[in-house]
Amino acid sequence: MVKQLSIVEALRAGIAEEMARDERVFCIGEDIGIPGGWGGAFTVTLGLERAFRDRIIDTPIAENGFFGVAVGAAILGMRPIVDVQYGDFLFCAMDQIHSNASMLRYMSGGTVAVPMVMRAPVGATGRGAQHARNVERFFVGIPGIKVVAPSNAYDAKGLLKAAVRDDNPVMIFEHKLLYGSKGARMETGAVDSSSDVPDEDYIVPLGTARVARRGSQVTILAWLLMLHHALSAAERLAASGVDVEVVDVRSLSPFDFDTIGASVRKTGRVVIVEEGPKTGGVGAELSASIAERFSPSLKAPIVRVASPDVPVPFAPVLENAYRPDPDRIVEGVRQVLD
Amino acid sequence: MTEHTSIHDYDRVFLLGLYERMVLIREFEERVKYLFLEGRMPGTIHQCLGQEATAVGVCSNLTDEDYITSTHRPHGHALAKGLTPLEILIELFGGVTGCCRGKGGSMHVGNIRKGMPPAIAIVGGGIPVATGMALALKMQHRSNVVACFFGDGATSEGAFHEAVNMAAIWDLPVIFACENNRYGASTPVGQIMRLGAEGLKSVADRGAAYGIPADTIDGNDVLAVYEAAKDAKRVCLEGGGPVFLEFLTYRITGHSRRDPCLYQPKEERQAALQSEPIGRFEGVLLQRADVVQSDLDGIRETVAKELSEAIAIAEQEPKPVPEDVLTDVYA
Repeated sequence: MVKQLSIVEALRAGIAEEMARDERVFCIGEDIGIPGGWGGAFTVTLGLERAFRDRIIDTPIAENGFFGVAVGAAILGMRPIVDVQYGDFLFCAMDQIHSNASMLRYMSGGTVAVPMVMRAPVGATGRGAQHARNVERFFVGIPGIKVVAPSNAYDAKGLLKAAVRDDNPVMIFEHKLLYGSKGARMETGAVDSSSDVPDEDYIVPLGTARVARRGSQVTILAWLLMLHHALSAAERLAASGVDVEVVDVRSLSPFDFDTIGASVRKTGRVVIVEEGPKTGGVGAELSASIAERFSPSLKAPIVRVASPDVPVPFAPVLENAYRPDPDRIVEGVRQVLD
Repeated sequence: MTEHTSIHDYDRVFLLGLYERMVLIREFEERVKYLFLEGRMPGTIHQCLGQEATAVGVCSNLTDEDYITSTHRPHGHALAKGLTPLEILIELFGGVTGCCRGKGGSMHVGNIRKGMPPAIAIVGGGIPVATGMALALKMQHRSNVVACFFGDGATSEGAFHEAVNMAAIWDLPVIFACENNRYGASTPVGQIMRLGAEGLKSVADRGAAYGIPADTIDGNDVLAVYEAAKDAKRVCLEGGGPVFLEFLTYRITGHSRRDPCLYQPKEERQAALQSEPIGRFEGVLLQRADVVQSDLDGIRETVAKELSEAIAIAEQEPKPVPEDVLTDVYA
C-alpha cells in the first residue's frame, strides 16, 4: 500500500513505527504530547501520547537541560528523539549537543555510544529574526554528529527511521514551509512536499544525496525549501533550452561526494543554493570540497546563490528579498553558463 | 560522626576499606602532582586533595550497576567508583590502554563498564546527563541510582537548575552530590550567592527550591557522608528521589596546576588542614580497640607500593599511533 503523505504525516508515522518496533525509542521535548495541545510546534507528534503514554515526555522550557537528559538516557541504552520547537533554540542546547552528544564516544575511546535523534525546524516564515534561522551551517562542522535535511515526505520518513536506528547522534533539519502542517499550525506560503509513502518498512540511508532531476549542462545543489525552488528554476530554464540537473544534497554531514561528484563531472558547472547567509554557510563548505575534489571537471567557477549576510527580517517584502527564490536561482544558472 | 551512629557500630573491615580508599585517592593525587611537575605526565590536572571523603562516602553505597557522573576534578570519583589506579594512570600518561584509550585525559577519565561515563569537564554539564541516565534507569525499571557530583560553582549554571527541576518533576533516582569546597576556581561561594541572614542559609537551599529533600552534611566526615548518601539512595529507590546533598569540604591544593591558592586566607587554610578528612578519620578509627596505628600504617604502605608499581607500568604502556586520531568519532 502506498499513501500520499505530507512530511508531518510521514514523520509522525515513522516515529510511531519506530516506537512500536523498539521500546527503547522515546520522544522528549516541549509541548509534544499535551492532550489538547499541538503535538509539538508543528504537529509532528500529535496524538502519539495516546499510544505511547510513558514514552512521550513533555519537558519544562529548558533546552540545554532536556538535550542533556537525552544524552544521558542514550548513554544507558535508550534511543531518544529530541524535539526542539525551532532550530534557533538549538543554541540554548549547544553545550549538550557539542560538548557531550558529539564527543562522548571519542572521549571514551569508543566505549560510550550516544544514539539520539534531534529534530529541528528551520527556515524564514514570517516570524522575524529569532524563529527563522537556517542553522544547518553550525552543525555541519561538528565531528561526531550526522546531519540530514529531507525535502519530501518519503525521505523524511526514511531518514528518520535510519536516524533512529543509527548508533550516532543524528540531527534532522525540517523546513517549516514543507511540513504540510494543518489547522491552527498551517503555514502561510507553504510549499507542497507531500509524496507517495509506502506502508512497508523502509529506510533512506544516511549519507546519501539524491538526483531529483536529470540534466546535462548545470548541476544545482540544494536541500529543504531551496530544492523545490531549484526544481522550479530548472523547469523554467528547460523552457529556454537549458538542461539542468538538480541534486537534493539531503545529507549535510557527511556529504555524498559519489552522487555529487558524478553530477559535477557530467555537467562541469555548479550552482549551490542555500537559504541562510552566504558567509560561512553550508554552501561554503560544499564549494570548497567540490573545488578540492573535482576541479579538473569544472568548466566555470562555482556560483553560490544564498541569502545576504543579514539577520532574517520580518516585513514580507524584506523576507522575500532575503530568501533565494527561483528567479535568483535562474540568474545563478545564467551566471555559471556565461 | 553522625549523631545516631557510633564508630563502634560498624564492621572493622568496612571502616578500614573506607580508610584505604581515601588514602588511595590522596596518595594518587600526590604522586600525580609530582609526575606532572617533573614533566613526566602531559596535560593539566585538577586535583581533589582534601575532598576524598565525599567521593568515598557516596560511592561506598553504590554497586557496579549504579552510576556516577563527574567533573573536571574526577580522579577521586573514579577511584571511589572502582576504576583501577592503573587504568587511570595510563590515561593520564596518554596511553592507548588507558580507561579512555588516551583520548580522554585527566578531565575525562571514566569507564562506562564500571558505571562512570567520561567525566564531563564543562561546569554543570554533567548534571543533565546524570538526570537522563536516571530517566533511563526508571524507564528500564532498574533498581539503581545515579550519583551526580558537582561543585558549589556549578549551582550557578543554568544546566544545574534545568536538570534538578526535571529530576524533581519526574521523581528520578538521582543523588545530587554537591561538593561545596567554598571556591568556584578562585571565587568564594559567598560572592556568587546571596548567603546569610537575609538570603540563603546554604547551597542546599538551591536544591530545596525545587521541592526535593536537601541537606547540608559535614563532607569531611566520611561516615556522615556515607550515612547521608545511604539514606538518599534508599529514598531514591523508594521513588522519593531525587535528593540534594551539600557536602561541606575544602580543597587543600590548587584549583589546577601550579595554582598557589593565594585567594585562600591563611587561617582558613590552616583550619582546613586540621579538619581534612583522612586525619580526622584516623582519630575516629583509633577510638576502636581493634584498630591500632600499625593497621593504618600498613594500609598506607600497601597503597604506596601499589601506586609505585602502577606508575612504573603505566608510564611504559604503549601510546596511540597517529592514525588513531581518526577512530572512535562515529559508530
